[in-house]
Amino acid sequence: MIGKLVFENLKHRPMRSLLSILLIGVPVTLILCLVGLSKGMIADSQQRARGSGADIMVRGSNAKAMLTQSSATLPPQFIEFFEKQPHVALAMGIVSHAIELPLFVNGVDLDRLDKMSGGMQYLSGGPFQGPDDVIIDRFYAEQRKKKVGDSIELIGRPWRVAGIVEGGKLAHVIVPIKTLQEIDAAGGKFSQILIKVDDPKNTQTVIGELKQKMGPDYPIFSMEEMTSQIQASVNSQGLSAFIAVIIGIGVVIGFAVVCLSMYMSVLQRTREIGILKSLGGSKGFIIGIILAEALMLGVGGTALGILMSFGAREIIQKVQPASFQVEIAIGWWPRVLAISLVAAALGSLYPGLTAASHDPIEALAYE
Amino acid sequence: MNNGAPVIRIQGLRKTYRVGKVDVPALRGVDLDVPKGQFLSIVGPSGSGKSTLFHIIGGLTPPTSGDVQVGDLDLSKMSDGERTAMRKRTVGFVFQKFNLLPNLTARDNIAVARHIAGLPRETDAGFQQMLEALGIAGRLDHKPSELSGGEQQRVAIARAIVNHPAILLADEPTGNLDSENSKAVLEILRDINDRTGQTILMITHNPEAASYGHAVVTMRDGRIVSHVTA
Repeated sequence: MIGKLVFENLKHRPMRSLLSILLIGVPVTLILCLVGLSKGMIADSQQRARGSGADIMVRGSNAKAMLTQSSATLPPQFIEFFEKQPHVALAMGIVSHAIELPLFVNGVDLDRLDKMSGGMQYLSGGPFQGPDDVIIDRFYAEQRKKKVGDSIELIGRPWRVAGIVEGGKLAHVIVPIKTLQEIDAAGGKFSQILIKVDDPKNTQTVIGELKQKMGPDYPIFSMEEMTSQIQASVNSQGLSAFIAVIIGIGVVIGFAVVCLSMYMSVLQRTREIGILKSLGGSKGFIIGIILAEALMLGVGGTALGILMSFGAREIIQKVQPASFQVEIAIGWWPRVLAISLVAAALGSLYPGLTAASHDPIEALAYE
Repeated sequence: MNNGAPVIRIQGLRKTYRVGKVDVPALRGVDLDVPKGQFLSIVGPSGSGKSTLFHIIGGLTPPTSGDVQVGDLDLSKMSDGERTAMRKRTVGFVFQKFNLLPNLTARDNIAVARHIAGLPRETDAGFQQMLEALGIAGRLDHKPSELSGGEQQRVAIARAIVNHPAILLADEPTGNLDSENSKAVLEILRDINDRTGQTILMITHNPEAASYGHAVVTMRDGRIVSHVTA
């Protein structure tokens, strides 16, 4: 009966109910987008790292953390040195240069990348034809609206799009390594060296031997370690705290919206509250109705927020498919529901107590 | 009419409202016994204390002093929560403005009273017959806005008696109705009283409406000035 009463009340004032649901839904969408964005970008990084085909990564001596982009400090002789080590099948140096956040352009030896990754899958065009050629994946091509043969501005200079490839192999944007080394005045040095071993089972053996021979100055780790550390690194960079702040804002907005909406509702329905009291409705019963109505708004807001997160993902992926990848964070649906319900319950407290404390005679006389 | 023990016994009832810093006496010592099964009309000019008496008997407000007993319950000693609980099954209200919940159908308005009283939604065969007698059995799935004033008041009467209360309190039940519907509602109240022995207290300004009762109490300045049995 309470459910019906609450539902009919919400239905009776559709604009108020819809606005409340919308305003609760907005922070839900924000939280889901933020979580989805972090998950999507982590997944994209991990997929590209695995897609390179490498088993081991060696960073420059000035790279303090596993994921920071080191400047080019690894000498070219390291390639030959690594390839002479037991179980090493192939080594390849790369140079990284930040372009628009959060993207990097990677300078690569395309032949070696093809061997290491199993070959690029060209959707159109082909390999580099000249030093100023660039190969981009379909996401970056879509983002910059470029096709093969177009000129594209990167690092303050024009490049010719030589090929567009399927994504997921090392980087969204690659250029000839010699060109990027010249731009960065790297003198033939590399930012990182990727190593492929003859059998993935030998990865740890090779890492152990390299660490012994090279000392502690050069961070050496498996690609699996790197991909698993991406999540921890993202969290350590304050994303968790940022999400917590957004959740806090969501609770405050939800609280304020429900409080205002339910308080208006209580004022508008003073006589109805008087009727319920005249029938013997206790304070608990009246508070229960207001709480149930608020919780229903919370559920509606969560559902709408989830729906809007799908829309937001579509928009982000249409506008910035290479820079930002958004996953649908299904695991967070129960959490945002709980957040909305807590906010709604808190927001219904004052209106509920106000309604419960109405004098029944005054309430019945309310016009 | 059953002339057994009084279902309502009031002795020395006083009620004073505080308006700002001024005490305003609404009831100045009311004594009244209402036998079980009586249909009592209460008349009097505005400000005579009729509504205050109605609100105290109905447990909507506590007395300032005096004794008020409804059935076995002593209202003068009850807390706010106890009076709220008392209203669930002991009293049924019919108001001048019908006071139906506008968002619910007639059926659900009646069901709300059952729900609050902790009773199952289903009603007994006797109540179904009463709905037929009230002429609203075919109108139960309509919301108040789709019902005429007379129909709304009949739904309100059905809601008031659905839990078989000890007393039915009707405050100007015909005040918002035309003469035809007024007559119909009054006849319904008398019919309910005749058929079920339901004790009814009805406040009215209308002498013709008052004549439907077994007895008429006249109030003035917070006191009962006459009590005439028909």
